Amino acid sequence: MFVAAALAIGVAMVLTFIRLCTGPTLYDRVAAVNAFGTETVLLIGVIGFLTGRPDFLDIALLYALINFVGTIAVLKFFRYRALGDPVMTRTPDATPDARKNAVEAAAVAGAGSRPS
Amino acid sequence: MTASGGIVDVLSWIAIVGGSAFLVIGAVGLIRFPEFWSRLHAISVLDSAGVLLLLLGMGLQGGLSLVTVKLVILGLFLLITGPTATHAVANAAFVSGLRPPIRSEDRAAVAATAAAATREPPASDGGPASGPSG
Repeated sequence: MFVAAALAIGVAMVLTFIRLCTGPTLYDRVAAVNAFGTETVLLIGVIGFLTGRPDFLDIALLYALINFVGTIAVLKFFRYRALGDPVMTRTPDATPDARKNAVEAAAVAGAGSRPS
Repeated sequence: MTASGGIVDVLSWIAIVGGSAFLVIGAVGLIRFPEFWSRLHAISVLDSAGVLLLLLGMGLQGGLSLVTVKLVILGLFLLITGPTATHAVANAAFVSGLRPPIRSEDRAAVAATAAAATREPPASDGGPASGPSG
């Protein structure tokens, strides 16, 4: 029965990979990568049970941690175009513009359902 | 793994098959849904129901041991980080200017509602104490 679960996870991973390759927008791809990572965590756990070595769950836990941090890092990079502090990593001549962009992004994020 | 765990075996197989079905349903929705904001719903099906049922099935199959503790930790972590990551993706898409598409016959109603919402705060200056309490 774990074989059936592994096959179902494989089918789900293939479909998610198709969405990952053909996603029209950038955020489709990021969400598909996140879902793909979740399915990978489940596949590692199921394969651990399938081969009689449930110690694979440690690897699955580590993969879940890396998947979450990677998704947040990619989203932060796409918003600020930098992985460090969004203001301090800019060159000095670009600093006011970067600060203005960061303030605007924070205002839009805080406004929530404000109509455009 | 003993023969006395027949009911537990059946429950774990039901959970595993249900979790696999939810995973495939979520992935098919991820393919079939028309645009980004509806695909997030398919991803949430895959992230919550599929993951929890599969981990529950594996925990019932593994018995009460350190394996179950690891599965509970993994389930709690995925239950926290899955919606957080989905919210981060949606927030980044919203900030970047992506908006849900509106049907053309609903566009007038949505515009009227938005206009009424923006006109509401200056119109409610008559009664300062009794206005926003409703």
